[in-house]
Amino acid sequence: MSDKEDNSISDRRAYRRRRMADASRLMPLFGAALFGMPLLWGGETVPTTKVMVYVFAVWIALVVLSGLISRSLPDPSEERQRNQFRL
Amino acid sequence: MATLNALAVFCLLYVALLFCVAFIADRTARRGQGKWLSSPIIYTLSLSIYCTAWTFYGAVGFAASSGLEFLTIYLGPTLIIIGWWWTLRKLVIVGRTNRITSIADLISSRYGKSNLLAVFVTLMAVVGTTPYIALQLQSVTFSIAAFAEADASGDGLPNQQIIAFWVTAGLVVFTILFGTRNLEANARHYGVVMAIALEAVVKLIALLAVGIFAVWGLAGGIDSTLAKINESAISDWEVSGGRWIGLTLLSAMAFICLPRMFQVMVVENENEGHLRTASWAFPLYLMLISLFVVPIAVIGLDPIYGGGRDPDLFVLTLPLENGREGLAILAFLGGFSSATSMVIVAAIALSTMVSNHIVMPVWLWATGGSAIMAGDVRRVILVARRISILVILFLGYLYFRMSGGGAALAAIGLISFVGVAQFMPSLVGGLFWRGGNRTGAIAGLAAGFALWAYCLFLPSFGASSIMPQSVIERGLFDILWLRPQALFITEGMEPVMHAFMWSLSFNILFYVIFSIAGFPTPVERLQSGQFVNALWQSQVPGNWTGGLAQSEDLLLMSQRVLGSEDARAIFQNAAKEQGGEYLPAPTPDFLLKLERVLSGSVGAATANAMISQIVVGAGVSVRDLMAVADETAQIMEYSSRLVIKTEEQERTARQLREVNDKLTRLSVQKDAFLSQISHELRTPMTSIRAFSEILKNPCDISPDKREKFASIIYEEATRLTRLLDELLDLSVLENAHAVVNLSEGRLSELLDRAVNTVASEGDGFKITRNPENEKIDLDTDLDRLVQVFINLISNARKYCDAKTPELEIKVARMNGMLEVDFSDNGSGIPLESQDLIFEKFSRIGEARAGGAGLGLAISREIMTRLGGSLVYLPWSEGTVFRVSLPLEAEIAG
Repeated sequence: MSDKEDNSISDRRAYRRRRMADASRLMPLFGAALFGMPLLWGGETVPTTKVMVYVFAVWIALVVLSGLISRSLPDPSEERQRNQFRL
Repeated sequence: MATLNALAVFCLLYVALLFCVAFIADRTARRGQGKWLSSPIIYTLSLSIYCTAWTFYGAVGFAASSGLEFLTIYLGPTLIIIGWWWTLRKLVIVGRTNRITSIADLISSRYGKSNLLAVFVTLMAVVGTTPYIALQLQSVTFSIAAFAEADASGDGLPNQQIIAFWVTAGLVVFTILFGTRNLEANARHYGVVMAIALEAVVKLIALLAVGIFAVWGLAGGIDSTLAKINESAISDWEVSGGRWIGLTLLSAMAFICLPRMFQVMVVENENEGHLRTASWAFPLYLMLISLFVVPIAVIGLDPIYGGGRDPDLFVLTLPLENGREGLAILAFLGGFSSATSMVIVAAIALSTMVSNHIVMPVWLWATGGSAIMAGDVRRVILVARRISILVILFLGYLYFRMSGGGAALAAIGLISFVGVAQFMPSLVGGLFWRGGNRTGAIAGLAAGFALWAYCLFLPSFGASSIMPQSVIERGLFDILWLRPQALFITEGMEPVMHAFMWSLSFNILFYVIFSIAGFPTPVERLQSGQFVNALWQSQVPGNWTGGLAQSEDLLLMSQRVLGSEDARAIFQNAAKEQGGEYLPAPTPDFLLKLERVLSGSVGAATANAMISQIVVGAGVSVRDLMAVADETAQIMEYSSRLVIKTEEQERTARQLREVNDKLTRLSVQKDAFLSQISHELRTPMTSIRAFSEILKNPCDISPDKREKFASIIYEEATRLTRLLDELLDLSVLENAHAVVNLSEGRLSELLDRAVNTVASEGDGFKITRNPENEKIDLDTDLDRLVQVFINLISNARKYCDAKTPELEIKVARMNGMLEVDFSDNGSGIPLESQDLIFEKFSRIGEARAGGAGLGLAISREIMTRLGGSLVYLPWSEGTVFRVSLPLEAEIAG
């Protein structure tokens, strides 16, 4: 397993993939934080339309971001097959 | 315009289309064609069964009453699927590698393949899902009713019950036809998946079409729609934080735990890679489907557009009231699609669970397990699954009839969500926590489910015989803090959130506490390793908990191969080397070492496979692995038994070889003796014959000579007699016929007699004695004893090769035994001859032949008779014979 670490340092693409996996793991937390934001908005009353536009904007942003991250992640099925032949 | 008739025609055409699509997809897949059938887009669309009729129609109603709160139902799944790398990927991989057939199967498989757990989860799923199926039937009948109302030419409202019945019947036919084609529960249902993918497209297009019509066709554009929202009753964002977060959490859990979601997401999954596409495409789908919900609700609520009284049916009534029948039919088909796709998949998922975990065990038990023959079982499974589908859908229909439709049923969506969310702790705990065990899972599920039923499900019917009003108001047994909707005096909470919080809290608490307190079986431990470490390789190496968890597995595996003590010793040594206490971290060095140790027992290939099995987690099932380990252990035990046997045989063979050597030497001795004895017998016989022949002719012989000859004959005859006597004597002694004549006497006198007999011939043979020690009284066969003494003394005289031969007779008492040693100053008996001297006919060193070689044999027999022994002492100088005799012992014979 230590050689895997070595590989990932020497292999920039694999390293990038691993960081993308980190980003993917953070996505739900990031999304939850953004979706929770309207709860913190102050003021007398918050109009529904404002929240609606915000939530849908965040939603679209998440879709785009998730698409970008997933594209740079390895295909889990291929990765699993590779791992099986590793040891 | 005959709207209702048109609806009927379109509906039937649509159903026919679905059947065709399902049929073609199934056939194409069976021919091995059609890669597009398992494309990631189809997978993503099939996930859309999350959006049921409850969301298709209900979301607008929800929005009409509570504004944006409805969004939480979609935000939860969005968050889950954009974080797919964390949870869903693992879930799908575990499901695929273990050939999981349902969520009940997954949970039971993770916790040691416990059928009890599977039955439990199945029952919970059935209870939680049946009302949901009823809800779908209700939505279809309500939407048809809405059409009938709008249809002026129609003959009024058709009977709702009849509509619901025919819809149910159609669903049963479709589900059985395409859902129970394949025997294997975890084989893909291509037909069904294709049909629900098509329905997913239809419902999205329908909702988008209605939304576009509402915004651009009725309200007049985006700006005016936003203005309308700001003027409406839901213009303000008034969502409570608890509900916003709580509902998002709840829908996120339900997204994973709903049996139908599990079915399409895990069981029907063809390729984990599809999640990559779904991770952005499915949130997009959810976003699009909820995009026009608020505008539709607001425009429907506006009396100008006459949306109708029921906000739940705005999607349908808005186009209907505004003369867009075509759009209304499309909307109806969208709602119909949502309802039917949910019911079909839920029925397949539930029937798999019911037949696998309830019907099959009962059937096997009833047939006494004797029917586990091929063919028979397969048919039974199919029949069981079909009957299960029928029963489940009929239960849904029955529930719809009983509840009569209405508010109670409309609320069932969230109630059902809370019910299935109870699977979450066991599921997620099982995937990420090695320590979770069966006891914990059962306790957690039972607590969560009981609280769900008590706080949410039963009160949802209102006051009834199961839960009377008194219990709702004053609590069980009039205990205030047991009020179902204000448990532990948590008053003022909204019922769904209240039940969600309490049931899940106790669920998690019980799961954790019982898991920590309990102890898992070996299968559970192996399964937990299999599940938790499913992705080991793709995670950061050196993860501490993961690492130790692996070591535990390695230890378990090694114990089965090496025996528990050896394995533990190896692991402890390695741990000490790493500076730890019990379990070493699975470093490459340690793995290599362990592999070598294991390969010493099972061979390199197997050892490698075993370790990589744990470290990587491949497709071999745990049971297979355990079987291998057991076999290996058995083989090792068998071979160690063989080794013991071989050793035994070697020992026996060595003894046999020794005996054989001895026999060979004896045989040689015997041959030599026989020639000797025939010679010795012949010599006297020859002289006797010769002299007696001379004596036969008395004329030529002087009386002197005659006398001399006669005495020679006499002597030779005596010699012959003595020889034969000795032979006879020995034979008598050996055959235990010897008579022992007991008499009393003193040792010194016996020795005197013996010495005098031998030494009387007098030739400078010196005998040393110590008369003081010899004053011992004996009670034995004195004559025989003297015979032994004479034999030993005369042997010494005959064979002692010293220049001045000397014999010392030493007498001693030792442990109640009398010991008389006869030691001479000769060169002793060579080692290789020592075990032969007591044998008959044996004479050492042929050279100085004297007696017949029977003396020592006779002497030893005599001593054995007298209860003593005669041995040669090999460690002394010269020849030493020791005569032992019990002083007061009984005499044998």
